[in-house]
Amino acid sequence: MSVYEPWDAGRGAEIISEHSHLEGATLVILHALQEAFGYVPEPAIPMVAEALSLTRAEVHGVFTFYHDFRHKPAGKHVLKICRAEACQAAGGDALAARAEARLGVAIGNTTADERVTLEPIYCLGLCATAPSAMLDGRLVGRLDEARIDALIAEAQR
Amino acid sequence: MKMRIFVPRDAAAISVGADEVALAFEQAAEKRELPINIIRNGSRGLLWLEPMVEVATVKGRVAYGPVSPADVPSLLDAMASNGPHPLRLGLADEIPWLKRQTRLTFARCGITDPRSVEDYRAHDGYKGLERALTLTSDAILADVTASGLRGRGGAGFPTGIKWKTVAQATADRKFIVCNADEGDSGTFADRMIMEGDPFVVIEGMTIAGITVGATKGYIYIRSEYPHAVEAMNAAIVAARRAGYLGQRIGGSAHSFDLEVRVGAGAYVCGEETSLLESLEGRRGLVRAKPPLPAHKGLFGKPSVINNVLSFAAIPFILAGGAKAYADFGMGRSRGTMPIQLAGNVKYGGLFETAFGITLGELVDEVAGGTFTGRPVRAVQVGGPLGAYFPRALFDTPFDYEAFAARDGLIGHAGIVIFDDTVDMLKQARFAMEFCAIESCGKCTPCRIGSTRGVETIDKIRAGERVEQNLAIVEDLCNTMKFGSLCALGGFTPYPVVSALKHFREDFSPAPKSLQAAE
Repeated sequence: MSVYEPWDAGRGAEIISEHSHLEGATLVILHALQEAFGYVPEPAIPMVAEALSLTRAEVHGVFTFYHDFRHKPAGKHVLKICRAEACQAAGGDALAARAEARLGVAIGNTTADERVTLEPIYCLGLCATAPSAMLDGRLVGRLDEARIDALIAEAQR
Repeated sequence: MKMRIFVPRDAAAISVGADEVALAFEQAAEKRELPINIIRNGSRGLLWLEPMVEVATVKGRVAYGPVSPADVPSLLDAMASNGPHPLRLGLADEIPWLKRQTRLTFARCGITDPRSVEDYRAHDGYKGLERALTLTSDAILADVTASGLRGRGGAGFPTGIKWKTVAQATADRKFIVCNADEGDSGTFADRMIMEGDPFVVIEGMTIAGITVGATKGYIYIRSEYPHAVEAMNAAIVAARRAGYLGQRIGGSAHSFDLEVRVGAGAYVCGEETSLLESLEGRRGLVRAKPPLPAHKGLFGKPSVINNVLSFAAIPFILAGGAKAYADFGMGRSRGTMPIQLAGNVKYGGLFETAFGITLGELVDEVAGGTFTGRPVRAVQVGGPLGAYFPRALFDTPFDYEAFAARDGLIGHAGIVIFDDTVDMLKQARFAMEFCAIESCGKCTPCRIGSTRGVETIDKIRAGERVEQNLAIVEDLCNTMKFGSLCALGGFTPYPVVSALKHFREDFSPAPKSLQAAE
């Protein structure tokens, strides 16, 4: 799991100014904010707009276009399961259903105790060691029932 | 002398335990007081053998795999005594699966240390750039054109023509953009080369820069590839330190520098104009063409935008290999293609070979069929926008035109193998569903057509007016194919129509294949 800072406007401004000199900096800044806080806090959007001479709507538009950016913190652990064709061919759908059943949530949701966020991912590039998943940035290939169960147990701990 | 042991740092190797294996080697060596040097190389691409560990011997590098941490103590003893071991595969270079390939682009991948410029140079690295620095822009363009290289991202546009257009444009700034948004399922060649031989990408982009007169390049890497991002960033720092990036590269009058930018989980950003929008910090909406990126690309400036593998093919070509490159291949598909064998596959991995090998040879002989041992029923070639091919079309040679003639595409050369339990209606539905999730929303056929496609296929599965709804799906596919702005909406019909055409029996309430399998 990753440890994030609580939102702080001063710290947010600092992060924004670190990158605002770059050409086309919007995504770079949104990534940096999410890396620090675990999500992109709402009050940061107008700050990014101000720093880059954009409208709030433009920054909000970018923020909502990309699947990666979160508007609220994820669970303590994030388990991303590949749902793309190579993993489907290797039995990925059954493992995804198993993960949903074990965690009691549908893909795209966080467990009630906020421990685990279960997300789809469309290809980790591990297509010859499929099915694959990523737990908090750690890659796991050649998944089978035992390995997915172990990952889930680890995430629930 | 310290024993030199190679444990890959490739993400696929890591996903099956390479980091744990490297750690086990350190611990076992310490316990035995055996001096070893662990080199974290890229992967050779024999992914069913990963983690594949190698040890340097006087006769060459001996490979072992697949290695688990529990194997390490006995393995280290076998290495130290050059004795037998159940996981021993013999000399790595002599493994038939590797020996059968023609590795031009991936010549160094899995061999060198991807963090070391010196190692890269010791294996013919930077020879292409060194020669390019002695040539005029026109002479470099002549080499690139003579090689016959076509864009490896999927579109297959001649690289020489693209570069020439940018070289001839006049502007205060020009850019080199590397498309490393490898989102197609079943493809991982970009990831492997960035992690295993990042300098070859840097060298190729640098040659592009001096050819067209650009001093800045961007590598746009998808966020799903954190290891590739790390590897490219480390290599850029190392290249800069060695004088191969920055001011006066290689002691010449040219300047060129690179920056990595990370995507944010949008498949459509692999489309070049969407990628440019994203690089500029906007929503990844596709741009209408013209203007071409070669005229008005990044920040409105003339830009070369190529796939990772296109840039990675350049150093070999410029090191005097243009003719040798063009001598491989068939028809208008010249050179080699790093083909990726994936999905339900027995011998999965990266297989670089000349164009012209048939799909059947690749699937049956090279890949060895399925991992489950069941018969191969379908293969999808070219990612989520590629067609599904039945066994009846396995005689198709790997060639841009031959695949197009059979209503398919080679795309980025990923081949995903499915066994006879596959439900092709489900696969067709997924193609539509994926398009609906990833559509940028700019054009109607893609945005709406994909959603209607999912609904209509669901009706077919439910047994609702099957014939009429099949006709609607075909009609939708036509609208999407001819009315979409880019390949996402335009090519989604390939998997759908091919599934309908070759596997019609699955488009019914209960697929025959599933009945047969169960």
